[in-house]
Amino acid sequence: MVRNPEANRDQFRPDDHPNETFLLSTVVGSYPKPKWLNRADELVEDPDSKFDESDLEEAHDDACRLITHEHERAGLDTVVDGEMRRNEMVEFFADRIDGYEFNGPVKVWGHNYFDKPSVVEEVEYDEPWLVDEFEFTAGVAERPVKVPITGPYTLGFWAFNEAYPSTEELVYDLADLVNEEVEKLVEAGARYIQIDEPALATTPEDHAIVGEALERIAAGIPDEVRIGLHVCYGDYSRVYPEINDYPIDEFDLELSNGDYEQIPVFEEPELEPDLALGVVDAHTAEVESVEEIKRNIRQGLRVVPPEKLTISPDCGLKLLPRDIAYGKTENMVTAVREVEAEIDSGEIDVENPIADD
Amino acid sequence: MTERVAATPGLYPLPDRAKETLSDLKGHQKGDLLSGDEGEAIVAEYDEVRAEYVDDQLDAGLDLISEGQGRWDDMIAHPLTVSDAVETGGIVRYYDNNNFYRDPRVVDDLRFSGDVADELTDAADLLAAADGGDDASLAATLPGPYSLAALATDEHYGDEAEFQAAVAEFLADEVAAFPAHETLFLLEPSLVTDPPAEGDESTATDAIATVADATDADVVVQTFYGALGEKLYAHLVDEAGADAIGLDLVAGDRDDTVYNVQEFGSTDSLSLGLVDGQNTLVEEAETVAERVEWFESQIPLEGFDRTYLTPNTELFYLPTNKYREKLNALAAAAEVLD
Repeated sequence: MVRNPEANRDQFRPDDHPNETFLLSTVVGSYPKPKWLNRADELVEDPDSKFDESDLEEAHDDACRLITHEHERAGLDTVVDGEMRRNEMVEFFADRIDGYEFNGPVKVWGHNYFDKPSVVEEVEYDEPWLVDEFEFTAGVAERPVKVPITGPYTLGFWAFNEAYPSTEELVYDLADLVNEEVEKLVEAGARYIQIDEPALATTPEDHAIVGEALERIAAGIPDEVRIGLHVCYGDYSRVYPEINDYPIDEFDLELSNGDYEQIPVFEEPELEPDLALGVVDAHTAEVESVEEIKRNIRQGLRVVPPEKLTISPDCGLKLLPRDIAYGKTENMVTAVREVEAEIDSGEIDVENPIADD
Repeated sequence: MTERVAATPGLYPLPDRAKETLSDLKGHQKGDLLSGDEGEAIVAEYDEVRAEYVDDQLDAGLDLISEGQGRWDDMIAHPLTVSDAVETGGIVRYYDNNNFYRDPRVVDDLRFSGDVADELTDAADLLAAADGGDDASLAATLPGPYSLAALATDEHYGDEAEFQAAVAEFLADEVAAFPAHETLFLLEPSLVTDPPAEGDESTATDAIATVADATDADVVVQTFYGALGEKLYAHLVDEAGADAIGLDLVAGDRDDTVYNVQEFGSTDSLSLGLVDGQNTLVEEAETVAERVEWFESQIPLEGFDRTYLTPNTELFYLPTNKYREKLNALAAAAEVLD
């Protein structure tokens, strides 16, 4: 069953928050890397270069500091380091989990690829995956830090399974490893964890497998830790209302790309976790205007009251030019603060939020 | 004596070098995907890719050579996404995969484009000039009209049957412009994933027959992502004008497929999806050969004209090293059976 989002939401409300209403603003995670970081990644592979692993680590630290601060400058209530240390959402973790091997990139769409790994033997936990990354980012951030983790269903189904009799069994083994990692992150001070399960959208009939995996992940994790689930680019009617049974605090969705056609899915029955609503498109290189984003935010109010509404981009922004990603984030926060003020003043009727559209 | 033919329905992964070059030349956004009027540098890169595909297949020893469809950014929706009568919408999921294509919104009468015919002509030229090209023949690939209509959004015709028929005519015109080819693969995964409603089967099979009638080549209606429903299978065998139905023996319930063939008979040839196009685990040639013999032994007929040995799906899901190994496995299995 659903966790207790009310028990952990307020810790993310900044002390100097200007409005009575608080819509939690956040990001899904990934962000465009500065060009020089990509060059640094290449340079370290070059045997003729003096640039070595410790230089690369310094470059990663610098980039994480930079993007964390860029998120803070945009005004976000919770921040991420933009996943500067991560190459890709499955690769990064597969590289850290024993049992995976890599054969080369495969297509996702257009000219977007990822190095889809193969599971060739039983998966095992070795070193912590994200604790160092979290401690560094928390050390440089003034706002609370969210930690996105690729979920076990996606880590299982977006790999080639050569070793397990069924991928479901692989997923449960991976879920136990994710639980171990979340425990370590909580111990290090993390209070906002996001499990990314885009693979659920590809095979919505497997929602029960994802539910069982989440039970394993959330086992023993205290109420003050907010656990979100991010899903994108799918037909949500095929996983709703089943997700109301998931042990999560927040359900984070891409909805702007489809122009909110799917919002009515969540009107009945009532959504039990908080809704984290995607309000800017992660795959168009034009910055949405504040007015447009405000209209998008009001779509979320059709489904949940303001105290259960979180606002984020549709998905990670890493494929956009950096100035566009920043523009979208900044306009998003401006729109959030304006909508909050309009709710406070009664200009937006939360019972009938899209009345004048 | 059944002839065994090693072949693929195409849609290969781009070579890693081309992945990078094309990504730099074209970009990463929705608007950067192929529109059919690409510039010189992009055309040149795809020419190299096509040549590499032909070499890969000849090196492996396949009997039928595919163009490889490196340009098909939108997978089997490609013939529509490059059409003038189509506006591309948001990116949408490609079946139940972690792959996406641009939603082709058909807003005008579909008209002949020649896009697929042009690239196939280039492949035919490459094959004619290649060492060992005489031992192999050209196989064309198109989406079947049922699947292509299912992948698209109709904002023009307004009637499902009329739309399927229009898509079929459009594909038939494309086929009429093809260079000589021995086989035409029509890819019809939607027949499995999203079958026609009961009573509407003939609309789908009539559409397929329209395309099949446009060529003298052997037509393989390749279905995948699972087993076909029995009624639809029977309609396909009788009405689609196919020389072979392609059956997925990897993802589907094999018993269902065997039952269909035993109960409703089959086309004179069959295409068997034998190696997993979606897993890096490479099948041994002997294993593939055993699967062929096992399946053939289940069938009451004396033998077919031909058994096509194919992967169950397109191969673009795989890394390039494994795609080549899968080609080798198919060709080697055909050798084992000889």
